Amino acid sequence: MASEESSGRRPEPRQRAVALWKPLTELSLTAFGVSVLSFLMIRLIPGDAVAIMLGANASVTPARIAALRHRLGLDRPLVAQYVHWLWRALHGDLGTSIWTGRPVLAEIAARAGVTAELTLLGLVVAIALALPAGCAMAALRGSAADTALRLVSIAGITVPSFWLGTMLLYGAAALAPGIPLIGWVPFSRDPLANLSHLALPVISIALPVVASLARIVRAALLEALGQDYIRTARAKGLPEWRVLARHALRNALVPFVTNAGIMAGYLFGGSVVIEQVFALPGLGRLMVGAIAERNYPLVQAAILLATLVFVIVNALVDLLAAAIDPRLRA
Amino acid sequence: MRRDPFLILAVVLVLAQAAAALAAPLLAPYGPDAQEILARLQGPTPAHWLGTDNFGRDVLSRIIFGERTLFAVSAGSVLGALLIGGGLGIVSGWIGGAIDRIIMHVMDVLFAFPIILLAIGIIAVLGPSAASTAAAIGIVYIPIFARTLRAPARLLLGTEYVAAARAIGAGRTRILRRHLLPNLAPLILVQASLSFSTAILVEASLSFLGLGTQPPTASLGRMLSESRAFLFLSPWPAAFSGAAILLASLGFNLLGDGLQDRLDPRLRLRWPGSG
Repeated sequence: MASEESSGRRPEPRQRAVALWKPLTELSLTAFGVSVLSFLMIRLIPGDAVAIMLGANASVTPARIAALRHRLGLDRPLVAQYVHWLWRALHGDLGTSIWTGRPVLAEIAARAGVTAELTLLGLVVAIALALPAGCAMAALRGSAADTALRLVSIAGITVPSFWLGTMLLYGAAALAPGIPLIGWVPFSRDPLANLSHLALPVISIALPVVASLARIVRAALLEALGQDYIRTARAKGLPEWRVLARHALRNALVPFVTNAGIMAGYLFGGSVVIEQVFALPGLGRLMVGAIAERNYPLVQAAILLATLVFVIVNALVDLLAAAIDPRLRA
Repeated sequence: MRRDPFLILAVVLVLAQAAAALAAPLLAPYGPDAQEILARLQGPTPAHWLGTDNFGRDVLSRIIFGERTLFAVSAGSVLGALLIGGGLGIVSGWIGGAIDRIIMHVMDVLFAFPIILLAIGIIAVLGPSAASTAAAIGIVYIPIFARTLRAPARLLLGTEYVAAARAIGAGRTRILRRHLLPNLAPLILVQASLSFSTAILVEASLSFLGLGTQPPTASLGRMLSESRAFLFLSPWPAAFSGAAILLASLGFNLLGDGLQDRLDPRLRLRWPGSG
């Protein structure tokens, strides 16, 4: 977002470095805050988390609790604990799973691919569908279809993806019995089976995002079409499709890009839930299982890593938006 | 004033929910847990308008009671987020300087977490229950209200009429009550309405995952989750409980959308007091 004082300034060579420096400082400040909150999460659990952790697999004795407290560094001041935790986290050690004893990083890595593929496919499908849908909605403005489309798009935003998934599962099983619809096949083993297993989950999480992105495209297109440069383009005799494609759509892409990070966040949230419907072994099922088992280090590490990914993605999206639209350069 | 059919639909849907929330025992034809073992897994019938589940419980009655939980949790979380987040946003905009920067940075950090992940983390700390779901969603929404209200509050405080009010000796409370809040009200209404709409979906998602409202309290998300076990014997409970979540969220989204068109907060802020 452009700040008030910078709008009238002429660009200088040094600004490029400054333009990169500012988002980088903000990025590291946010990452620091995220790490502090994630660190505190496990310390805020009421009752002694250590007794809970021990209770999962062995008899709880005061000596064992003291030993584990010492091993986890819980007998030291909070700041020292954080520094120690951060130091180990930066070296790839986010703790071990209470139940399996394996490093949580390995458990998360084994599951993250499923959620990442689901989220990315969802984003691709959402963008591919939202662009034409938004253009159609802008073209139909003022007609009777416009009102109907507006209701459909708002309803689309509020569709619970896990309900849509359940209903799609029922419909598909009724229409085409015998086709395996739930479960997971790795892409490396059978790409086609991998994609066919993901088709319904991807549609379920993408549809609400399509609805909201299409509304954004519609609004941006309509705003762009009212601008002077569109009148100029028409006045110099450009065909209407060229006016739309070259001038209007290009400007409509900016809010599209600035919203992509938020949309990726929604899609990620959707996939965490939809994994439950289609029995996909992703991060969502890992975390829900971990909460039931009180496997706190696993929950903590999953939240920390996924959030950091989104912090970085959002920073990149901001840079990309600024590259497309100079007005957004702060 | 032009009639907006969407706004009418929105008001009908929101009122229906409020009615379910306030008078569920009066509206529901059966108790939420009353079992009729001979009438299991029925489709819609004159006796059971929306059919029955695997225990012969009336789906319509369970939906009405589920709406009540959904409404209560969402209302609690949005109200809490509005009071804390909105308050922080206004205070932050009012004080400015280093405190403003610190508050808004903390808000940015909270905002950086994907909504469902932060909610899951908070529920992991508090333990799964309706109350912790309300707390989790409330905390997740605090930065949204803080961000929505900070800039407009700052803008209003810089206007000439606030300066004039200060000049004639108006105290902070008076400026807040007479000048700030009335002008921020449309914005607050729109944001609260839209947040309510998404809070409903988050509550339903968490309950669907088994992290939200716990048995025996009726819950639409859990009802949908449990209905999947007999989906291919009778899809009705799953279909209707999900549709109820959709309609609940849709009502508040249409309300926020319609109010935004009608009140246009930017207009109100550009010419404050003219509306």
